[in-house]
Amino acid sequence: MLAFIIRRLFQSVIVMLAVALVSFSLFRFVGDPIASMVGQETTLAERAALRDALGLNDPFLVQFWSFVARAAQGDFGISYRLQQPVMELILSRLPATLELAMISGIFAFLFGVGFGVYTALKRRGWLSNAIMTVSLIGVSLPTFLIGVLLIWVFAVELQMLPSFGRGDVVPVGDWWRTGLLTQSGRMSLILPAITLGLYQMTLIMRLVRAEMLEVLRTDYIKFARARGLTNRAVNFGHALKNTMVPVITITGLQLGSIIAFSIITETVFQWPGVGALFIRSVQFVDVPVMAAYLMLIALIFVVINLIVDLLYYAVDPRLRVSRSHARH
Amino acid sequence: MAEPLLSVRDLVVEFPTRKGVLRAIDKVSFDIAEGEVLGMVGESGAGKSITGTAIIGLIEPPGRIAGGEIWLKGKRIDNIAPEAMRRVRGRRIGMVFQDPLTSLNPLYTVAQQLIETIRSHLDVSEKEARARAVALLDRVGIPAAARRIDDYPHHFSGGMRQRVVIALALCAEPELVIADEPTTALDVSVQAQIIDVLKEICAERGAAVMLITHDMGVIAETADRVAVLYAGRLAEIGPVRDVIQKAEHPYTQGLMGSIPTLAQESDRLVQIPGSMPRLNAIPEGCAFNPRCEHAFERCFRERPDPLDRGTGRRVACWLYDRVGAGA
Amino acid sequence: MSKDDTTIPPRPRSWAYRAWDSDVAYSFRTSPVAMLAGLVAVIIIAMAALAPWLAPFNPYDPSQLNLMDGFTPPMEPNAFTGNTYWLGTDNQGRDVFSTILYGARISLFVGFSAVLFAMVLGITLGLIAGYRGGWVDSLLMRVADVQLSFPSILIALLIFGVARGFIPPAYRETMAIWVLIVAIGLSDWVQYARVVRGATMVEKGKEYVQAARVIGAHPIKILVRHILPNVMGPVLVIATIGLALAIIAEATLSFLGVGVPPTQPSLGTLIRIGQQYLFSGEWWILLFPSITLLALALAVNLLGDWLRDALNPRLR
Repeated sequence: MLAFIIRRLFQSVIVMLAVALVSFSLFRFVGDPIASMVGQETTLAERAALRDALGLNDPFLVQFWSFVARAAQGDFGISYRLQQPVMELILSRLPATLELAMISGIFAFLFGVGFGVYTALKRRGWLSNAIMTVSLIGVSLPTFLIGVLLIWVFAVELQMLPSFGRGDVVPVGDWWRTGLLTQSGRMSLILPAITLGLYQMTLIMRLVRAEMLEVLRTDYIKFARARGLTNRAVNFGHALKNTMVPVITITGLQLGSIIAFSIITETVFQWPGVGALFIRSVQFVDVPVMAAYLMLIALIFVVINLIVDLLYYAVDPRLRVSRSHARH
Repeated sequence: MAEPLLSVRDLVVEFPTRKGVLRAIDKVSFDIAEGEVLGMVGESGAGKSITGTAIIGLIEPPGRIAGGEIWLKGKRIDNIAPEAMRRVRGRRIGMVFQDPLTSLNPLYTVAQQLIETIRSHLDVSEKEARARAVALLDRVGIPAAARRIDDYPHHFSGGMRQRVVIALALCAEPELVIADEPTTALDVSVQAQIIDVLKEICAERGAAVMLITHDMGVIAETADRVAVLYAGRLAEIGPVRDVIQKAEHPYTQGLMGSIPTLAQESDRLVQIPGSMPRLNAIPEGCAFNPRCEHAFERCFRERPDPLDRGTGRRVACWLYDRVGAGA
Repeated sequence: MSKDDTTIPPRPRSWAYRAWDSDVAYSFRTSPVAMLAGLVAVIIIAMAALAPWLAPFNPYDPSQLNLMDGFTPPMEPNAFTGNTYWLGTDNQGRDVFSTILYGARISLFVGFSAVLFAMVLGITLGLIAGYRGGWVDSLLMRVADVQLSFPSILIALLIFGVARGFIPPAYRETMAIWVLIVAIGLSDWVQYARVVRGATMVEKGKEYVQAARVIGAHPIKILVRHILPNVMGPVLVIATIGLALAIIAEATLSFLGVGVPPTQPSLGTLIRIGQQYLFSGEWWILLFPSITLLALALAVNLLGDWLRDALNPRLR
């Protein structure tokens, strides 16, 4: 078990270093860092001095190392566009993104698993067919279009829900400002959360359905029925548990995608999160922000991957044994 | 004669497909008496397993029982409510599947699966169910049952797993066990042990067994009576010794010719020429007619129903319909 | 063969007959969903391709524009000019129907080009990885794994962002469409590579490859000739679904304002513009491009789904 965790941790560090290398190259080679820091009137000599002072003439590895060391401390430099420390910018916007991602993740998981199980068990019912058809449209519908259409219906026509922003936020702790504790904050969250979660929901639903149909065909389910277990016990005790093993992995990974996809939703709903910040940085080639965002997303993915692995390990008893035996 | 434990009457099972309806079982009738071991033999695709699945009411849609009746101790069970049928499964009819490696849910311990089954059918406490489960595992030959009961299926070897499966089939004390090729997936070395365990423990409890297999050797050693299926139809049924010593249906004769015996001096096994027709291409008349060396005009025209041949034997063959004309 | 061979070979049928008679064609003819999706896709693609001839106006020719025509609702005469437009006009008086045709043209151009790029790249890298094995294979597959664990839209965004960084500001507008194609293509090569790599690894051990080496032919040439036909099915499926994804990716990036330049609006750009007029009630500027994009993406997706099932009867 311990060996397994250590191996996974080691792999995670390698991935982070690889992403750091990409980030660093971005930093170092996209545009001229000096040009974006100084004014037009700076002389060549001054530029050279600055170049030296910033360590831009050091060997590649030295520069890379100092980049990693600073990144590990959360220092990604100053945004070219906003002239503020990048980490400060990201931290101030992270709570908005995380709250949105969490709520839509929960929405996607609950409804995805629910619909998936329903359509697998009632394979030929009209409601299942309706859900499957709608889900196909859901997969084909670009996220931004879902958002725009939801705004049209619920904000413009029905005027039930706000169409942009986070509503009122209140501080929790030092730097976290939450919208979950105010009425307007919660109302503002509904449309973006549905927009962001819908695609993941259809994915989870289709995955659960396919896995469950597969599991329902297995011998141990047939045998469970032949033993006279109730439908409830067979479907939810046996089939669902076995379905969830692979589903957990993919669903966990989807959580990372949700954070990445929040770029789109945040733009549609003018949600003040890191995704919207990133889009701006791409438009204005604001390299420090792009590099930091890349590292942040990679970190989130790596952490989620790690958690998913451990969860997988906890759910499937076969892994526990084969791993520990295989190691001897 | 006493009322049979299980009585299957003119069973028809059909599977609709894109190219028309397939009849997997076509008017099969047989009885199983209490405590009896009925062997059921036939080639792959002859309908042995489907017969077993039909009896416990688990034919997968769109397949369905399209005709006939199944009676268990004087009560029809082929048309009862799903919940009533569920109470029959496991409690009154147990089932053992072919592959022990895939019959057990890998995510639950043996104890969990046994206790769950016992408590689905019998009104006993968790503790009582566990005690019964341990005793049963011990009985089917799992060493250190009290400890190993909390292991997961993958901790057991194939033979041991099939013992667990037998324990699961028997744990709610059914009156009939349907064993569908219980040894096919196992090593030859443990096959005999598994059959012995199954036979002994059922005899102890007075449970009847329907043993589905394509191994005539196993039937000869284990069964009281044997039913031979061909292309979804019953070819012959009768006491095992009679059928083996003097098979009457030409197909059974062929089958018997294919068992190697030590006593047999001939150096080659008899093979039946040709192969069983596909279900969508069963010839008119007797299904066996293309491969039968005795076939005559009537065999191509009319389908033979099983004829009573006395001493509990029935044979579906026109050869025996002519008075005084034997084979 | 001897002359007295009496079996008469079946008359060779034309390729058209064989195509019509194949399982895939049969499955197509018996699937109403596939036929409808195919019809919709063909209509949209044809109309986009023929936009310069079909569209009543060239929306990007300023001489044909009249600002007075702006915000004309569909099928209603304009209050000032009395002109009637089928699907109405946008803020600058451009005929919405014409902008959709021209927009779909750009969306489809980017989509097809990106898929083609991803396909060529993926097949090449898959062949190399499968044939060379060793560290080349490990490296490529590890890159593929890492890339696959990120959503492709994010990869495309990053590549787009980086590329913009490298391109001097003066060329950013004109190069945008090509950068977009490369970005979407690079984000989507992995699946082709995996399929081709798998097939290559199976084939390269076979005797004919060894034989080719003996007679001095380059094994890669032989492999290409043998493997490509084998992987045609899966590659076609990946490409079809990939086309839907590429169209959506392009629309998304353009909607986010980081895709095609405003001077060459694609369907995504049109939706971005339409969204601005939602609150003031000019719904048609948003609705019709949205429906076109949805119909196109859905039709191509359905075709991909159907193709996957038709080529893979096991899944049914």
